Amino acid sequence: MSAVTTDRQDERLQSRDGWRGAITDVVERARGGDLGVIPVVVGLIVIWSVFQALNPIFLSSANLVNLTLESAAVGVIALGIVCVLLVGQIDLSVGSVSGLSGAVLAVLFVGQGLPVWVAILASVLMGAVIGWLYGQLFNRFGVPSFVITLAGLLAFLGLQLYVLGTKGSINLPFDSALVNFAQLDFVPAPLSYAFAVIASAWLFLSGYLHAQARRKAGLSAKGLSTLVVRSVALLAVLAFVVWYLGQTRGVGWMFVFFVALVLIMHYLLSRTKWGRSVYAVGGNVEAARRAGIDVKAVFTSVFVLCSTFAAVGGIMAAARLAAANQSSGAGDVNLNAIAAAVIGGTSLFGGRGTAFGALLGIIVIQSISSGLTLLNLDSSIRFVVTGAVLLLAVVVDSVSRRSRTSHGRA
Amino acid sequence: MTVLSLRGINKTFGAVAALTDIELDVAAGQVVAVVGDNGAGKSTLVKILSGVHPPDSGTITFEGRQVEIPTPAAAHKLGIATVFQDLALCENLDVIQNLFLGQEIRPLRLNDVAMETRSWELLRQLSAKIPSVRVPVAALSGGQRQTVAIARSLLGDPKVIILDEPTAALGVAQTAEVLNLVERLRENGLGVIMISHNMADVKAVADTVAVLRLGRNNGVFAVDQVSTEDIIAAITGATDNVVSRRNQRGQQ
Ligand SMILES: Nc1ncnc2c1ncn2[C@@H]1O[C@H](COP(=O)(O)OP(=O)(O)OP(=O)(O)O)[C@@H](O)[C@H]1O
Ligand SMILES: [Mg+2]
Repeated sequence: MSAVTTDRQDERLQSRDGWRGAITDVVERARGGDLGVIPVVVGLIVIWSVFQALNPIFLSSANLVNLTLESAAVGVIALGIVCVLLVGQIDLSVGSVSGLSGAVLAVLFVGQGLPVWVAILASVLMGAVIGWLYGQLFNRFGVPSFVITLAGLLAFLGLQLYVLGTKGSINLPFDSALVNFAQLDFVPAPLSYAFAVIASAWLFLSGYLHAQARRKAGLSAKGLSTLVVRSVALLAVLAFVVWYLGQTRGVGWMFVFFVALVLIMHYLLSRTKWGRSVYAVGGNVEAARRAGIDVKAVFTSVFVLCSTFAAVGGIMAAARLAAANQSSGAGDVNLNAIAAAVIGGTSLFGGRGTAFGALLGIIVIQSISSGLTLLNLDSSIRFVVTGAVLLLAVVVDSVSRRSRTSHGRA
Repeated sequence: MTVLSLRGINKTFGAVAALTDIELDVAAGQVVAVVGDNGAGKSTLVKILSGVHPPDSGTITFEGRQVEIPTPAAAHKLGIATVFQDLALCENLDVIQNLFLGQEIRPLRLNDVAMETRSWELLRQLSAKIPSVRVPVAALSGGQRQTVAIARSLLGDPKVIILDEPTAALGVAQTAEVLNLVERLRENGLGVIMISHNMADVKAVADTVAVLRLGRNNGVFAVDQVSTEDIIAAITGATDNVVSRRNQRGQQ
């Protein structure tokens, strides 16, 4: 390259090219409070080391396969939480909504004998309507979302108990496609490897085309070697995961489904106008409004997404358990979903976070839960530990926010 | 030709009558300076024109048609672009994201290359001293932010541009650049409303000066036929005012 690119002309700009540049960049950002995924990854390493030391089964292929399957349902719910947190709101009712969704599914599918897809559609639609209702209440009356959804938490729990009736529990038939999907369906090994290859090829190709477009427009772009190294690293990681999980049952379709939802949400949030408006509303509502964004529509869309994801998560949980009962969606589901989002780096103050945060966060949460179960510790201790980890994540969020303001990265 | 004209605009906030019976006319290719003391109602007027607050009563005529501006989106659609006094930027978004907020190129698959190229063009045009457009706006200085806000108003194809104290935080070079820009906008046939406390800037670029005092019109002057003292007298409401007394003291 001969001339300096358009975006590199300011003489105060330090050149950050190649590997050293990339590393300095990350370190600088972390110092400035823009921690990204660093805390989660560090946390995950610590948690995995500790549990592995306490019980060698923890990192076994069988246990990790289980872990991926267990994390899918709450992970999907956490994905919705990420969306509401991005606009600076909260939904405390996702647990109840997921429980209600499972109950509605079971009643329609088993009780009424409707086809399974009708039951699924009805449950998902119900989730969307609940979210729409929240959006209306929020936009029209300006009630804080935590109050609206706290009311929803209780109301939908009541509805769930009512729907289930006196029996209190409905089993889903084991031979149904839905239960199969959640318990027994695994991706064949060759296809899993194909997924890994496609993912890394995709990463390379999109990066390459983007870099080319940038160069053509006279902007600085990532070098070819960086792109290659990046996608080879991804391939290595994915292939290793596939291989290791393949030692026992392999990669479950339900987990693939969860990851696919994460990828879709990542695209919507980072590459579309709607995603931009979500971050804008979370950063400064008034500025977003003055930029001509329909702020109310953004809030509504986000509440609808969150409740819909909660309903989908509820269906997945019911399928996994092959039953819907009174305690579906109760207990720690709510807090686990919120904790996963926050641990994954989504700020409670709005405007920052990513869809991948939900994936990383739920794996942390599920690791803790799985590790403690393996140690034969009961749920009382699990609640305490999960609570402590959530607190830690919130503290990290607040501290890094303070550090961001002082380093000009708010 | 008049692009924008206001008649009998009223706006109250609770018990405060922020604007009473305001009239204002802006022609294409004309720069109208709106001046007035702190709290005179200038920013309120700007907000009415940009759809932030609806007026309580009065009519707005835009390009010969009577219009309502109930939302900021409606103002954008008409072709009224605004630089707000408080800038209205999202601190968590970077410069490009802020510039194109609400008017992104290719909504379903954002074209960030095109947006970045256009951002650099706009910023260069304003002699902006912004090292990188990829940093969040929170990392910029006050003047840099103001430049971003001004650059944003130039996007799209506005017919009227409203600048609420656009040079308040700018350095000497950037202020001169904004004044040049205002003149360029006038040459391109845009109507410009500029709010400023700086009489030198007003005298330098404006064609007419509209004075607001305590939420009411207090005179409209052609700039080349009025002295700074007269404008100040209209702003303060008296020929014998704190500014003139200071000036006299300076001369003695
Ligand atoms: N959102 C609001 N709520 C209540 N009162 C308001 C609001 N906005 C403005 N006011 C009142 O309206 C009056 C005019 O305010 P405005 O901001 O228009 O003044 P200004 O001329 O822009 O002053 P400055 O030169 O300080 O920017 C003030 O008395 C102010 O207190
Ligand atoms: Mg003002």
